[in-house]
Amino acid sequence: MSSGQTAGTKDGQAIGPKVLGECIVEIVSDSGEGAQKAGQSFATVCAKMGNGVWTVEIIPAEIKPPARSRAGASGIRIRFGSRPMTNMGDYADLVVAFNEQVLYGRLLNDAYREGTVILLENKWASDPDEQIRDMYNSAVEDFRARGLIVHELPMHEACLEFVNDPKLGKNMFVLGMLSGIFDRDPSITRREIAAIFKKKGEAVIETNNKLFQGGIDFARKHLTYHFSVPPMSSKQELIVTNGNDAVGLGVMAAGMELVSMYPITPATSATHYLAGVFHKMGGFIHQAEDEIAAIGFAIGASYAGKTACTITSGPGLALKTEFIGLAVMAEVPLVIVDVQRGGPATGLPTKIEQGDLMAALYASPGDSPKIVMAAATIEECFHMVVTARQLAEMFRGPVIVLTDANLATGQTCYPRPKLSEDWMAPPLDQSPWPEGVAPYDWDPQTGLSRRPIPGQRGGQYVLTGLAHTKHSHVAYDPRSNQVGCEMRSRKIAALRSTLKPPKVHGDEEGDLLVVGWGSMLGAIEEAVDRLRAEGHRVSNVHLRFLSPLEPGLKEIFERFTRVMTVELNYSDPSGGFDGDWEGARRSHLCQHLRAQTLVDIDHWSVTPGQPLRPGQIYDVLKGRLEAIRSAEGSAVGAR
Amino acid sequence: MFGLKTDWSLETLPRYFTLEDYEGGTARWCPGCGDHGVLSAVQKICRDEQLVPEKTVCVSGIGCSSRFPHYMKTYGFHGLHGRALPVACGIKARRPDLTIWVATGDGDCCSIGAAHWVHAIRYNMDMVVMLFDNNVYGLTKNQTSPTSRPGLKTNTHPRGAVLPPLNPSETTLGIANVSFVAQTVDWNPVHVYATLRRAYHHKGLSFVRIFQRCPQYTPRVFEDAQRDPSLIMLLEHEDGVRADEAGTKIYKNRVAHDPRDLNKARELAAREDVLPIGLLYCDPTRPRYEEFSSVGVDVTIEEKMQALDKEIDRFAI
Repeated sequence: MSSGQTAGTKDGQAIGPKVLGECIVEIVSDSGEGAQKAGQSFATVCAKMGNGVWTVEIIPAEIKPPARSRAGASGIRIRFGSRPMTNMGDYADLVVAFNEQVLYGRLLNDAYREGTVILLENKWASDPDEQIRDMYNSAVEDFRARGLIVHELPMHEACLEFVNDPKLGKNMFVLGMLSGIFDRDPSITRREIAAIFKKKGEAVIETNNKLFQGGIDFARKHLTYHFSVPPMSSKQELIVTNGNDAVGLGVMAAGMELVSMYPITPATSATHYLAGVFHKMGGFIHQAEDEIAAIGFAIGASYAGKTACTITSGPGLALKTEFIGLAVMAEVPLVIVDVQRGGPATGLPTKIEQGDLMAALYASPGDSPKIVMAAATIEECFHMVVTARQLAEMFRGPVIVLTDANLATGQTCYPRPKLSEDWMAPPLDQSPWPEGVAPYDWDPQTGLSRRPIPGQRGGQYVLTGLAHTKHSHVAYDPRSNQVGCEMRSRKIAALRSTLKPPKVHGDEEGDLLVVGWGSMLGAIEEAVDRLRAEGHRVSNVHLRFLSPLEPGLKEIFERFTRVMTVELNYSDPSGGFDGDWEGARRSHLCQHLRAQTLVDIDHWSVTPGQPLRPGQIYDVLKGRLEAIRSAEGSAVGAR
Repeated sequence: MFGLKTDWSLETLPRYFTLEDYEGGTARWCPGCGDHGVLSAVQKICRDEQLVPEKTVCVSGIGCSSRFPHYMKTYGFHGLHGRALPVACGIKARRPDLTIWVATGDGDCCSIGAAHWVHAIRYNMDMVVMLFDNNVYGLTKNQTSPTSRPGLKTNTHPRGAVLPPLNPSETTLGIANVSFVAQTVDWNPVHVYATLRRAYHHKGLSFVRIFQRCPQYTPRVFEDAQRDPSLIMLLEHEDGVRADEAGTKIYKNRVAHDPRDLNKARELAAREDVLPIGLLYCDPTRPRYEEFSSVGVDVTIEEKMQALDKEIDRFAI
């Protein structure tokens, strides 16, 4: 949607219904005004009408930050279109704002461009407080000077027709406005409204339906924007979820019996979802007294033969470190989902960062080899939990699945999973333990062994976190410890031998290869595709397994002039401070890949607390490509 | 590899277990350590109750007494310092069929694992928690523990411990949903046996504080009570610990105490002039967490898949 130098109101030049390939809409408000609920509903309706959808929630760290504050901006971005959406895109096309100050919060995040249409609540212009009136008026002037197209609209006043306090209900009115502007099927939205307010009764549903219809009428009366966004051509059966719901569904599809957790943003909503439905599959959510107890409880259940999982975020992962080490040492299967947020310490609790990779790989005293995977899409949040459960059992140890705040709260549609019995944890094995088989009967090649479960007659052993022999007898001698370390490490090598090299997106060789992991996939690929369309020789690979690393990387890397990672975590400025390359701290994946492949891999990484826009990545890659070209040029010239 | 075999249920020969069936590796505690006596008592209880060895799990943290599981021939879990209780609770959560014994020390339970102690008492899951309280860190070589008395000279307080000690029984009796607290002394194996057996029969978390001496670092910590049995107060009740008379006849200081009386139990636990031994408190009606956490263990894979398929419909477009 790049139309609209005209005012777009009835008084101005009429703009007819226009077909758009895609569009980015935002709703921004103070916290507690329901912008996210309205946006999620709008996204669901778009998905149900067959659009590709991606949402990003804008969440302040506090429950009720001060009203009309820039840092308190709460809301949602919805990108939808006639093809699958894999990331949040660049700049918003149309924004509904409940006050002018929250818009500043978004401008700080560089979310808008010249020509972005702002539908702004105008009640502040006549606020009894002179200071508020002044703030409002000067902001509107400023927005227009920045090139935003601002429509000041009496949304609050219009809502008064239906409710006494528009703070509750304005969101459904806005849902109506967007529904009118984007030609959404009202019957689908009404079903959504009925589902949202089901527990509150018919009267509430009716009021919200009136607000919704009021919004449609209001948009028709005050605005001439009218667009249609045709559906994708997909014949597959699709579902819409966010990443945390996908994790929850994955837990159930894996047949797990127990999720043990402690509240932590942004992971908790996965257990909120599960808490409502897990019991239908016989499962139980344990809210432990702390993060350490949460993993200890899960390890206990797993030791006793019941498949368990713990879901956390960075600070929780830090607290669980010692227990993860025990699960490695004593070979207890366990799935740990880490929904990454900004760090260190409390960091950016509601915002995204890919800052836990090193901690997931290495944070443990001693040698602690474990499986680490990262979901690149919301769909993978589902499937990776299923796979992680199988790997944890098969490789008898902890598996860390990394997701992040972007995947956790973002919504998208993807093919409905076809459930399989093979995904499910098998029933408790209580058959007698074969005589003469040690509790760690390590296969000398793979390090794999079968584990006895309490209740199995003859399988009695004492699991210990101390160095031990294959009989689980405490052993402090040099050889036993070396063998134990080796057997645990062999399992990682055994898994690696079953993995395939990652697929290269784009040509198999070229000037620049971008390596990514986690939720950066969509934005990286979009940037790469734009550059390739312009004729640049750039490709990308995206890693799902970080431990063990997927095989064949060095071979792929060597086919490109330069290789770089693009990540959402901290690294020192290119070249290091004061040109000290040797001391420069690189981004996580870059450092890991350099160590493992000995390829001179470069990186670009930042910590803005929000997903990267494809346009940002495009600019960075373009700069690198130009540098490669000019270096090649001077090399040829020197010859 | 993990398939369910059903022939285990067809077993018809009755099994009889002897002490040997519960005896694991040779205990490596110091000679004279009270841990040996507690181990023997638990092995005897297992035999006398005919506990199925593979259905019995001993869980511990880290410390001298936490080596306990290694010396049993049951299943065992020797985990992390302070973390025996979350693991034990996790085992019980979905396996209420297992019998659980927890071995923990005064440092393990009351210091590094204090948060879990408080909450495990509140979860009240059916298990016996044996607190081996010798007033000192032994394995790490003589540091002050939360139950060390002021003046105890240790490597961390060479001029003597300074703070008043934490009283584990008194503390436990202050936690919501507490259901069983008893005390015993390691130098009276008859009473140790009777107390732990009574604890085993309680449905819920049975917290047993065992007053113990460390032969290396606190050998004289209960010297007064050992020399003068009148300093020991034997709690008596028909629902209490009913130790063999031969083993307790030296205790003349006997008090009738109804273990349902929580206030009286707290008063007794706080006594510093005497050592009350026996059952301080018992309420078998308290809710047990496994009553909630084990709901659904019998749901079949087929039922799970049907329910999940229906659940996914909610997200369908």
